[in-house]
Amino acid sequence: MSAGVLEVRDVQKSFGAVTAAKDVSVTVPQGSVYSLIGTNGAGKTTFVNMVTGYIKPDAGQINFDGRDIAGLAPRQITRLGIHRSFQIAQLCNELTVEENMLVAGAIHGKTGPSFLRRADDGSARDRALATLERFNIAEHRNRLIPELSGGVKKLLDIAMAMAGETQVMLLDEPTSGVAADEKFPIMDLVIEALRAEGVTVIFVEHDMDIVTRYSERVLAFYDGQIIADDAPDEVLSDPEVQRYVTGGPA
Amino acid sequence: MRMSVYLSAIIAFVALAAGSIILPDWAMFLFAMALAKGLVCLGIIGMMRGGVVSFGQGLYYCIGAYTATLIANHLGVSDIFLLTLLSAAVCLVVGLVFGPLLSNYRGIFFAMLSLALSMVLYGSLSKMSFIGGTDGLNIGAPTFLGWAPEGRPLQTALYLYVVAIVVISGTLMRIYFDSERGLITLATRDNELRVEYLGASVRNLMTYNYVFGALLGGIGGTIAVLALGHVDPEFAFWTTSGEFVFVAILAGYLSVPAVFVAAIILELVRSFSNLYFPNTWQLALGIFLLVVIVALPNGLGSLVSKRKENKT
Repeated sequence: MSAGVLEVRDVQKSFGAVTAAKDVSVTVPQGSVYSLIGTNGAGKTTFVNMVTGYIKPDAGQINFDGRDIAGLAPRQITRLGIHRSFQIAQLCNELTVEENMLVAGAIHGKTGPSFLRRADDGSARDRALATLERFNIAEHRNRLIPELSGGVKKLLDIAMAMAGETQVMLLDEPTSGVAADEKFPIMDLVIEALRAEGVTVIFVEHDMDIVTRYSERVLAFYDGQIIADDAPDEVLSDPEVQRYVTGGPA
Repeated sequence: MRMSVYLSAIIAFVALAAGSIILPDWAMFLFAMALAKGLVCLGIIGMMRGGVVSFGQGLYYCIGAYTATLIANHLGVSDIFLLTLLSAAVCLVVGLVFGPLLSNYRGIFFAMLSLALSMVLYGSLSKMSFIGGTDGLNIGAPTFLGWAPEGRPLQTALYLYVVAIVVISGTLMRIYFDSERGLITLATRDNELRVEYLGASVRNLMTYNYVFGALLGGIGGTIAVLALGHVDPEFAFWTTSGEFVFVAILAGYLSVPAVFVAAIILELVRSFSNLYFPNTWQLALGIFLLVVIVALPNGLGSLVSKRKENKT
């Protein structure tokens, strides 16, 4: 198996009587951009949560770089290079934008966070600022999180996840809660930044225009199963996907 | 930036040390006790920054005090440096035992578990007649590297020792709070999920903060027993721990000096209200806390902290 490949094999997960994942299998090559589509409750977020360690699968394997990561704690998976953003941006509201980035930088630093090194020393601030500039949100660096728009929050959430050495990035609905006119600019920025570093991207999305424009391959989920795994045009024209997921031709 | 911390430490030491010249005996004792208790509260502040509050810091205050007393009485050690070191070491060990356990809990569960541990110690000590039971134990005056002062020189030496410990501990905690781990602790208070998904262990952070709190609690207890000359199980009683929480809330988690200011204010308010209206001094204290919470929800420290406050 080549480096950076994420391989999910026969994964199953149930919550009581509800089956959220049924024999889910997929191989995601390094550097590719996948999107996950499906109605609410189809199993998309469960898939993301299992890959990133938030929930443990009942059965099956999740291999990354040849190592089974199913059941590892989120921080262990993050340290392997699999990072994620959240449907509702997970930020620290009492900290400024820059401090949020400094937290991410401190955790991902080569030597690990220090008891003595100042969190806001010159080089750490420079790195934080560089990342914020890359995501076009540097102008907000001194603002607290509740003062930000949904789009800026989403970008910061992703920028924080990118502070480490990311190999795989899972984006859970990166444009939800974002103004319609901000969706494409945000996705342009994010996908460009991730592609530039050869990061594998898996994003959950309900907007089929975004799915079509940014993904190389689409996984359609229905009732905890992957019912289609192909190029966007193929998946969106699949009658079964149209029936159960998109509700009509894309 | 770090230079300003050292400079502040020097100024704080000089200002507090000047008290040894100008303060009368009773005030020097009161300040020494307030600063010793402030050390315990500084440990709570470290935990508060991570989003948890220990309602059982009397555990380490008491362990520190009993350790110093037992070592002094049974091993004949009277040197204040050695007693502080040994008490801190015992508290470190106990903190390392309970820290990983308590770091799994948050909110009221953390508070109640920490309280339960201190009450178990209180109950146990009260039943142990061979170490004084509810009467407690007395401890002799400490020596300072072989020097055995008496009267005013003893009180002055003890006061200066407390000031030195407070300044050193306060400086170290300021450095820690400003450090990368300090900022991650603040982030944890806000959003544990984000911190875990960035790759840090929140449990480890909580354990560190708890252990630092244990160390400071032990040192505070040692100094308090040496100033008082007596220890009893009340050191671990919930009202003692409650007093530490009171100071921590009064101070807020934003400023280190605010902790010691709050501890001194509490001692002054208590002493004077006890003197002038002995039956209702708790009422005065309660009203005082109420006013601070309403006017300064982030504590006295928010008056001087540069940190931007979230008003939402």
